Amino acid sequence: MSERRLADLLTMWRIRAFEEKVRDLRAEGPIVGSVHLCVGQEAIPAGACDVLEPQDALFATYRGHGWALARGVPAEPLFAELMGRATGVNGGRGGSAYFTAAEYGFHGENSIVGAGAPIACGAALAGRFDGSNRAAVTVFGDGAMNQGAVHEAMNFAAAFALPVLFICENNRYSELTPIRDMVRAPRLADRAAAYGMPGHRIDGNDAEAVRFHVRDALEVAREGGGPTLLECMTERLVGHYIGDAETYRQPGELDRIGRREPIVRLREGLLADGVPASAVDAVEGAARAEMERAATSALAAPPADPATAREHLYA
Amino acid sequence: MPDLVEARELSYGEAVNAALHRLMAELPETLVYGEDVGVPGGVFGVTRGLRKRHGDRVFDTPISESAILGSAVGAAMMGRRPIVEIMWADFSLVALDQIVNQAANVRYVSGGRLSAPMTIRTQQGNAPGACAQHSQCLEALFLHVPGLRVVMPSTPQDAYDLLVTAVHCDDPVLVVENRTLYSGPKERVRVGGPVLPLGGARIRRAGWDVTIVTWGAITQRVLEAAEALAREGIEAEVLETPWLNPFDTEAVVESARRTRRLVVVHEANVTGGFGAEVVARVAGAGVPLLAPPVRIGTPDVRMPAAQVLARALVPDSARITAEVRALVRH
Ligand SMILES: Cc1ncc(C[n+]2csc(CCOP(=O)(O)OP(=O)(O)O)c2C)c(N)n1
Ligand SMILES: [Mg+2]
Repeated sequence: MSERRLADLLTMWRIRAFEEKVRDLRAEGPIVGSVHLCVGQEAIPAGACDVLEPQDALFATYRGHGWALARGVPAEPLFAELMGRATGVNGGRGGSAYFTAAEYGFHGENSIVGAGAPIACGAALAGRFDGSNRAAVTVFGDGAMNQGAVHEAMNFAAAFALPVLFICENNRYSELTPIRDMVRAPRLADRAAAYGMPGHRIDGNDAEAVRFHVRDALEVAREGGGPTLLECMTERLVGHYIGDAETYRQPGELDRIGRREPIVRLREGLLADGVPASAVDAVEGAARAEMERAATSALAAPPADPATAREHLYA
Repeated sequence: MPDLVEARELSYGEAVNAALHRLMAELPETLVYGEDVGVPGGVFGVTRGLRKRHGDRVFDTPISESAILGSAVGAAMMGRRPIVEIMWADFSLVALDQIVNQAANVRYVSGGRLSAPMTIRTQQGNAPGACAQHSQCLEALFLHVPGLRVVMPSTPQDAYDLLVTAVHCDDPVLVVENRTLYSGPKERVRVGGPVLPLGGARIRRAGWDVTIVTWGAITQRVLEAAEALAREGIEAEVLETPWLNPFDTEAVVESARRTRRLVVVHEANVTGGFGAEVVARVAGAGVPLLAPPVRIGTPDVRMPAAQVLARALVPDSARITAEVRALVRH
């Protein structure tokens, strides 16, 4: 039991350490442009990706570095991508908000809010015809629940009982605006009923809870039971993007959410269960060391070659 | 009534903000809304202070571009004058129906009994590190749609004046700004002046060897190129056409007749770009040119996020200088 939780901790620390390194590299210069970190939300990819099968398709958002890592994309080509290196996972074409690595079952980030949801329906639909038993997972934020494409996708998946899992990462803000001011019914999971699919609001800061619900939903989906909506309650500990002044935060908010963030919580749980602090802390050390190494070798790689900028446009 | 005419030192973003403040004060039927524009004052700070001053007429919306644009059409039909923001032009693509099938048709189909006097403010273009879905220049898409007005200011004064004109216009107007300009240098901007009529071009630099027509943020690159060319003895006339619909064809034809050489520069990719239309209009006017006209734009490719790759694609002043030089020395 504690072994699996230590594995969750490692996944989460790898994501956290990656994101913190990205933040530093953005401040120091090698990374340019807009970057959205998932610090505080690590338990959702950690729990979900643990129970995805290799044939499953995963569609994330611009806040998707953690999803790429948890799905198994190595850190070095991700760092390299962020720094515009030839060795980047997309050779510099994608950038922070638009990674893709289909060979790892990571079908991409997306920087258009809600766009991944209909695409996930198609990936699931293809599975009907290709014998893969594929399920498709689409991840989006609370704000994306108000985007037309997401409504259409939910009905489409439900009407055809497609094996799609809709994961809503409810971090309570859409950019600078609280979601509570943008909806009348704040329990977003309740919308699932209107489409005729199950919907659950779950603790998104608990990888174990995420794993449990994702496994369950995927089982139903693969058996022809159709889609599920999981509203994973979480909080980002950082700005919407690097540079966000976060003036929308309430006094004391960051302290409050810092106490229930997933890594702190899991660490306390492990210690309470008698796991020695040295074992728990070794996880952080290993993750940070891995990310330092990965960032260093990514930095040493050559920049993307401008002569290739026009390649890959057509078949 | 407009505030008294005065000159203020404003950046491009501040000039847009000043125009919005003025418009909300002088036109009680205006509304300002969009994602993060109300309480936060906009992701680029451009709508700062409006909600404080004008209350419920300024508000934040869900991330629902169809509802933002569609509600603007409906409110405009009923006599409001909505000024809505689409944070990036790329995001208008999820709601094109409300612009193309709806807003653009209101006046025509009703035989003028209805109108949709709405303004869509957006911004577009590449910036360092921006990905393929946050970099596109889409003006040609909208210029292909009869019934819409399209304007692309590039200076603080035009950002102010042309937005004022756009909001006073009784047609749907798309105002295309550029985030790389918002916090640019401050300039003396005359605020509170009369509402200017729609249309018109700007001679940013007079010359006689070649006419360079341009619009948007790349105008600055063109002016740099023109200075470099002047040091080599080539005098380029730089004609900025912030108004793309209505487009000042006459100004372009007149200049091309004088210089007898034509270059069009836009950041948008070349094929189907509005540059093709400009060249066609000059050709159609029978202007005898000394050399075939040249279109300079981004090549027809998606936009890569890596700055080293994007730089190889988006025209810079060196490339503009070289291509104009080649044309003149032809
Ligand atoms: C169609 C579209 N509209 C607007 C945006 C600008 N935008 C990017 S992220 C974002 C907020 C999204 O909030 P949420 O869905 O809650 O996800 P979070 O960023 O909190 O993870 C907005 C409005 C966009 N990228 N695409
Ligand atoms: Mg959110």
